[in-house]
Amino acid sequence: MSVMPLKTTSPALRSPAAAAPAQRLSDHARLLIVWLVLLAVPFVSPNSYVVSLANLMLINVILIASLNLLMGYGGQISLGHAAFYGLGAYVSGVLGVKLGWSPWIGLPVAALVTGLSALIIGIPALRLRGLYLSMATLGWNAILVVMFNRLIDLTGGPNGLLGVKPFAFGTFALDTDARQFPLVWLVSLLVMVAILHLLRSRIGRALRAVATNELGADAVGINSFRTKLLFFVLTAGMAGIAGSLYVHINQYASPETFSVSSSILLVVMVALGGSGTYWGPIVGALIYTAVPQLLLDYEDAELMLFGLGMLLVLILSPSGLTGVPGALIKRFSGRAS
Amino acid sequence: MQTGSAALQLLVAGIGTGSIYALIALGFNVVFKSTGAMNFAQGEWVVMGGMISALLFASFSNIGIACVAAVLIVMMVGILSERLVIWPLRRPNTLLITLVSIGLAIFTRSLVMMILGKKPVGYPAFSQTATLTVGGITIQTQTLWIIGLTLAFLVIMHFFFERSIIGKALRAAAADRDAAAIVGVKVETTVMLSFAIAAFAGALAGAIITPLTLSSYDQGAMFGFKGFSAAMLGGVGSLPGAVIGGLALGLLEAFGSFYISSDFKDAIAFAVLLLILFVRPSGFLGRADVVKV
Repeated sequence: MSVMPLKTTSPALRSPAAAAPAQRLSDHARLLIVWLVLLAVPFVSPNSYVVSLANLMLINVILIASLNLLMGYGGQISLGHAAFYGLGAYVSGVLGVKLGWSPWIGLPVAALVTGLSALIIGIPALRLRGLYLSMATLGWNAILVVMFNRLIDLTGGPNGLLGVKPFAFGTFALDTDARQFPLVWLVSLLVMVAILHLLRSRIGRALRAVATNELGADAVGINSFRTKLLFFVLTAGMAGIAGSLYVHINQYASPETFSVSSSILLVVMVALGGSGTYWGPIVGALIYTAVPQLLLDYEDAELMLFGLGMLLVLILSPSGLTGVPGALIKRFSGRAS
Repeated sequence: MQTGSAALQLLVAGIGTGSIYALIALGFNVVFKSTGAMNFAQGEWVVMGGMISALLFASFSNIGIACVAAVLIVMMVGILSERLVIWPLRRPNTLLITLVSIGLAIFTRSLVMMILGKKPVGYPAFSQTATLTVGGITIQTQTLWIIGLTLAFLVIMHFFFERSIIGKALRAAAADRDAAAIVGVKVETTVMLSFAIAAFAGALAGAIITPLTLSSYDQGAMFGFKGFSAAMLGGVGSLPGAVIGGLALGLLEAFGSFYISSDFKDAIAFAVLLLILFVRPSGFLGRADVVKV
C-alpha cells in the first residue's frame, strides 16, 4: 500500500469549464438555496427540541467542514479538532462567567486564542509529514481535557462550566432555541462561504497541491509548510468559533464533549460524509447530530450498529456517503450518452 | 519512606507500566510497518485479552491456561478482523485503513461490552505471594511477571524478525511491497500476519496487567493512545524504539504523578512527550522520514 494522502476533488471545485453538465448551479447558488431551505426549520418544527437539534447540527457543520478543509483537502489528520472546539468554548465561556465579558467579544477572542494555540503547535508539528501532526494534536487534546477537568476554579471541573450567559442584543437575550437559530444559521453560512472562497483561491489550490504531493508542490514554488500551517490555524479558529457558539447557546460546557474520542468521531464524520468533498460535511454533521438521537432506543447496541454502519460505508464506498449519488449519476449519464 | 527507596520503587513500577506500553507500541509498529496506517483497534485487543482471560479463569480456575488461551483467541480475532475489514478494501490507502480501524475499534468495543459485560473484571496475580520486599522497597510480584514476560516476548519477536523466514518476509514487504512481491512474498498475507502479531502483543499486555488494574470494556482507547504515544516517542516502525518509548512513557508517568501531581499525570506525560518530539521529531530511535517520490 503506497502512502498517499486522500485526494478526491468535488467536480464543481475544479475550473468552471470542467464542471459536469449535470451541475448547472454554482456552488454559491446551491449553498444559498440549502441555507434558505434551512431557514424554514424554526417555522415548521413541531417543538423547540427539533430547533435545538438544528442549532447543534449547524454548529457541527462548522466543526466538520473546517476539519474537512484540513483533512479532506489538505491531507492532514488532526486528532485534536475537539480540543480546539473545547478551547473556544471554555475561553469564551470562562471570559463571560469570570470576567463578565460579552459573548460578542468572547467569540472573536475564542477564535484568536484557538488559532494562536494552533500556530504554536503547528510550527513544530507541521514541519514533518505522516503521523506527526496526529500525535501532536492527540497529545494537545489529552492535555486540554486534563486541564478542563482539573482547573476546577476556572472551568468547574468534571461538573462542567455553569452560568454561561447567552448572546444578547441589549436586553434581548438569545435564550430560546428559536432566537438562537438565526445566529447559528448566519455564522455557519459565513463559514461555508469562507471555505468555498478559500478553496477557490490561490492558497486553496496550493493546499490541494500540497496534499497531493508535497515535494511536487515545493518544486513549483509553493511553501508547503506555510500553506499547511495557515490552514491548520484557520481551521482551528473556525473550531473555536463553533465552540464559542456552543457554549453560549447551551449556556454550559463539560469536558467530555471535547475528548479525544470526540476528535476521532469528527474525523469519522468527515470520512462518512465524504472526505475532501464540499458537501460531505453537511452529511457528516447530520449523522453526527442525528445518530445519537436515532439510536437512543437501542442503548447497548447503539455503538455496535454505528461501528458496523461505518465499516460498511467505508468498505463499500470509500469516498463517503456523498460519493454514492455522484457515482450513480456518473453511471447513469454514462449510459445515456 | 526515604527518597532513595521511593525513587527505586517508582522505577520498578514505571518499568512495569512501561512494559505494557511497549507491548502495545510494538503492536502499533507492526501494523504500521505493513500498512502505513494507525491502527485504532490496538487498544481494544488489550482489553479483550484481559477480559477473556478473566472469563476463562472463572471457568477453569487456572490462570496460566486462561491467559494463554485468551491471547490465542484474541490473535484469531486479529486475523479475522483483517480478513473481514481490511482485506476487502479495493483501493486501500493509509487514511482509509486508519478510518476503517476506527470503525473496527468501535465495533469491537461494543461487542466486548455486550458479550463480556460492563463490569470491570480481574483475577489474582500469577504468584501466590503478592508482594516482595527487597532492600527496603516493596515490589508487586505481578510487576516482575510483567517485566519478565514482556522481555521474553521481545526476545522471541527479535529472533522471529531476524531469523525466521516469515519474519524476514514481513520485513521485506514492509520495506518494499513490490520488490517483495517479485521475490515471492505473499504481500497480502503479511498484512494478516501483522494483525495477528499486533493482536497477540496487545492481548498479552491485557492478560498480564489485569491482576493489577482490572479490565473493563472502556479502557481500550486509553491503552491505544498510550501505545501510540510510546510508538511515536520511540520512533514509529522501530522494534527497539517501541521498547524505549514504552519504558520512557511508563517512567514519565510514574515519576510525574509522584513528584508533581497525580491529577495532572496524563497532561504531564503528554506535555513532555510533545516536547521530546518537537526536539527530536523522529523519536528516540526512528530514522528521519524517508521521502518517496
